This record gives sequence, C-alpha cells and structure tokens, in this order.
Amino acid sequence: MSDLELKPFNVREIREEFPALRQQIYGKNLIYFDNGATSQKPKLVLDAINLFYSKENANIHRGVHYMSQKATTEYEAARQRIQRYLGARKSEEIIFTKGTTDSINLVAYSFGLSLSAGDEVLISAMEHHSNIVPWQMLCERQGCTLKVAPINLRGELIMEEFDKLLSKKTKLVAITHISNTLGTINPVKEIIEKAHALGSKVLVDGAQSIQHMHINVKEMNCDFYVFSSHKVFGPTGIGVLYGKEELLDRMPPYQGGGDMISRVTFERTTYNELPFKFEAGTPHIAGGICLGKAFEFLESIDMAAAERHERELAKYAEDMLDTFEGLQIIGEAKNKTSVVSFSVKGIHPFDIGTLLDKQGIAVRTGHHCTQPLMDFYGIPGTVRASFAFYNTKQEIDTFVEAVERSLSMLK
Amino acid sequence: MNLTEKQEEIIQEFEVFDDWMEKYEYIIDLGKDLPKIDEEHKTEDRLIEGCQSRVWLDSHFDHGKMHFTADSDAIITKGIIGLLIRVLDGEEPNDIATADLFFISKIGLQEHLSPTRANGLLGMVKRLKLEAIKHISAS
Repeated sequence: MSDLELKPFNVREIREEFPALRQQIYGKNLIYFDNGATSQKPKLVLDAINLFYSKENANIHRGVHYMSQKATTEYEAARQRIQRYLGARKSEEIIFTKGTTDSINLVAYSFGLSLSAGDEVLISAMEHHSNIVPWQMLCERQGCTLKVAPINLRGELIMEEFDKLLSKKTKLVAITHISNTLGTINPVKEIIEKAHALGSKVLVDGAQSIQHMHINVKEMNCDFYVFSSHKVFGPTGIGVLYGKEELLDRMPPYQGGGDMISRVTFERTTYNELPFKFEAGTPHIAGGICLGKAFEFLESIDMAAAERHERELAKYAEDMLDTFEGLQIIGEAKNKTSVVSFSVKGIHPFDIGTLLDKQGIAVRTGHHCTQPLMDFYGIPGTVRASFAFYNTKQEIDTFVEAVERSLSMLK
Repeated sequence: MNLTEKQEEIIQEFEVFDDWMEKYEYIIDLGKDLPKIDEEHKTEDRLIEGCQSRVWLDSHFDHGKMHFTADSDAIITKGIIGLLIRVLDGEEPNDIATADLFFISKIGLQEHLSPTRANGLLGMVKRLKLEAIKHISAS
C-alpha cells in the first residue's frame, strides 16, 4: 500500500525530514510546540509542491492535453490514497474542501437543509468555534435548536448529561474527536453508537485527531469526519470531508460553479456525481496532490509508536510544570493527547507566550477559538504547548526552563 | 522635551540592552510601575478589547494639553502603554493626532502594534489619536 516502508519509530530520523525544525529564532534553536495550530511539513510534501508548480501545473478534469491528464491522475490518486488511509468504502466519499471549517460549513448548509423546527443539533461544551458557529447559523436559518452537552472540570464530556440531551429530536451530533484546547479524547465510538440508536447522524471534527492516531472511519462508523491538511503535515488551504455515500448522495450541492455540474441550461442545471457535486470551481490542485504526499509520509510512520511517544512527552511536560506554584493544568482528562494547556494565577498567558517566543519557543496563547470553554474555566486564556511526533524530551526540558524563567520575571 | 526628543530618549535607553530578555525585563518593570486604573473605572467605554489582552484608557484635556491613564491585564502590554504615555502625555492634541511613533519600531516592538497581535495596543493608539482629534475639532 505504501511507497515508503514502515520504519521503526525514531524521532531523530523523523526530524531530519522536517527542514523547518532546523532553524534559529532570535538566536535560539527553534522549539516548535504549536502543532495544534499547524504542523510543519516533511520534505516529501515540500518537494512535491515544488515539483508540481515547476513542471506539472495544469488544470484538472477538463483538459485533453498531457499535463492536464497527469495532474488529474495525481489529484485523483491522492483522493484514493486518503480513502484507503481512512478506510472509507469509496473514493467518492472523500470530498476535498478548504479545510475543517469549510467541511463543517458544507455539512451545516447542505445536510442542514433537511432540518426544521423541532429538530436538534447536539454539540459539546469543548467545541472549537468552527464547530459551534455553523450550527448556530443553521439553527437560525432552519428554526432548529442547538443543544450543548456539558463537561466536568477535568475537561471530560459528562456522558450522563450527554445521554439526557440525546433524543429522537437530535438529527445531528457534531463532536470534536480531540479538544484543541484541552487535549481530551472523546469517546466517539460510544457517542456514535448511542446517536445511531436514536436515528441521529454524527459528524466527528477530526482536526486534532488525524495527526495523532490512526483513523478508520468504517470502524468508527461516523457519518462525517472532517479535517484540515495543514494540521496533518500537508499544505494549507485544503482539507477533507469524509461522508457516507448514501448521505452525500441525498445532500444538495453547497456551492455552484464549474466542475460540479452535469449539464447547464438557463432553464435547468443537473449536477455532477460524487465527489464532484461538492467541488465547484478549480480546486486546490497542488494542495490535493501534496496532501496525498502527506499521507504517503504518514504511512511510513508507526502511528501507534508515535502516539505513545507524544503521550509520553505530554506526561513528562505536565509532571514538571505541575510543580510550579500557581500553575494549573487546564484539561486533565484520563484519556488525552499531547496537548498541555496551562494558566498561572495572576499572570496573563499573553505575557508568558511573548517571553517564550523570545526564548525561541513557539506556543499558542489565548482562548484557542474556544471562548465558551474559557468562560467555563473562568480564565481569559491559556498557554498551550501542543506536541507532534517530531518533538523531543530535550525540547521539553528547555521549554520548562524557559517557563520557569518567564514566570520569575513576571511575578 | 518635545514628542521627538522623548522618543529619542527612549531609543537611547533601549540601546543598553544586549538581548530580548533584558529588554522585556525592563518593559515588565515599567508595567509594574505604571499606576493602575481602579477596578470601578475599568468600564466598557474605557475598554479596548484585544483578542488576547485588554486595555483600558482614560483621557482628559487640561489647559490645552491631553493627559492619559491606561491599564492592561497583561503586564508586557502595560509596559508598552507606559512608554506610549510617556511620549504622548502632556502634549497638545494637534501633536498627538499627527504623531509618528517611530520609537516603537526602533526599539523592536513593532510586532506589538501590528493588527495581528490583537493585544489592544493598536486600538489604544487609534483611540488616543481620536481623543486628540475631538479636542482639535472642538477648539
């Protein structure tokens, strides 16, 4: 299946593949801990971007000439690679979008047209704004109701409360697989089973899970799974909506334009088949092809070992940070991924982030597009270090020292 | 000292620092020394919302000169406010409205006044200037 062989997990070797990690910022070796926002790119992807625009650039699906056919073949091969990686039944179930946000908006609009007053959409209290606002807009348009399942202080979904909110009125559960702010891994299989039992469909926001664990949509049995390329080592500006064929088939197109049509007259237009029905206009061709390369790269990584390594990093960082006076780890779910969010009493996260930056460390500070979650914890924001499999314990040692120095300056 | 001289003085002060952390240590100290705005005066009309840190600004006009007090929930933001106020406080509205705050980029802090930084500082400078313009048009 893969062009690359599955190698034993070796961080040093993996880091060699990422040129961006080998640079200095303000005279310090860069420590990149903002992987939750976006990941760095391996050479395989970077070379493919360069090759595409140097030699292979052509529009796809319509050209009779050599280059167009080659680009079309590669773009569609990328779709098939993603289909195989995700375990989807057909490549028609893989829709290329602009990213997670675009994928969710597509479902909110198109699937959302079948909802009406009395219907409910159920989300959780730990959602990213992109998995809140499109549903609020849908509810305003269609007159349906948005329900929010609460979480406990550890940052875990309270399943008893979720069960109470889930009913026959629920037409869609839209839930994040992994919280971008807390790192909590939600029990999506259980959620999907329960939702299906009551006739609801489930959209899983995979923006923070695709890069951390092996995803199989067939096993998960979700109805929609969405993610962004740039968080999974691919280019920005492209992402994926996986949807079950029978659902996508029934959904009307989201945007009109070229490529999504079968026949256009001024009286009536008929639409193209899946997946093209949802891909109006010239797509991000290089993006699609290079996202395929990102998956080719992922296929060479032992994801189970990578996941273990990432969790070890998070545990290592948390254990050390926990000893700092006034520092509170935000998000202490039993099942969590490599996200370490924290706040420090009396110190604004912005100040910590600014000082870490000047020590060569890239973290995210602020509300992480989860303002309702910040309100729940009563804090303006957190400092978030999010690790990828190319990060190391040595980097965490340097990071912890830098946090210590920053706090001593700010207190 | 006029607006330009005050800025040049700050640039000179910053020349002694060897690295970023020293520079920020100084800014943090400035932030700690800046008088606070009382909690009851941190009202909506004084608030300049940033995506990350927030700024409160109070201004008054006295004998032809503008005076400012400002506060922030982030200490680095507050330190930079301290510098801005040192330059602009006690100046005439016309000079404030047309002021080129060149010292900010000279001391390497331009990122804090970029629209993407979202710390309320850019909004604060805009509001300072708007307040000044109001007094120009009033006179």
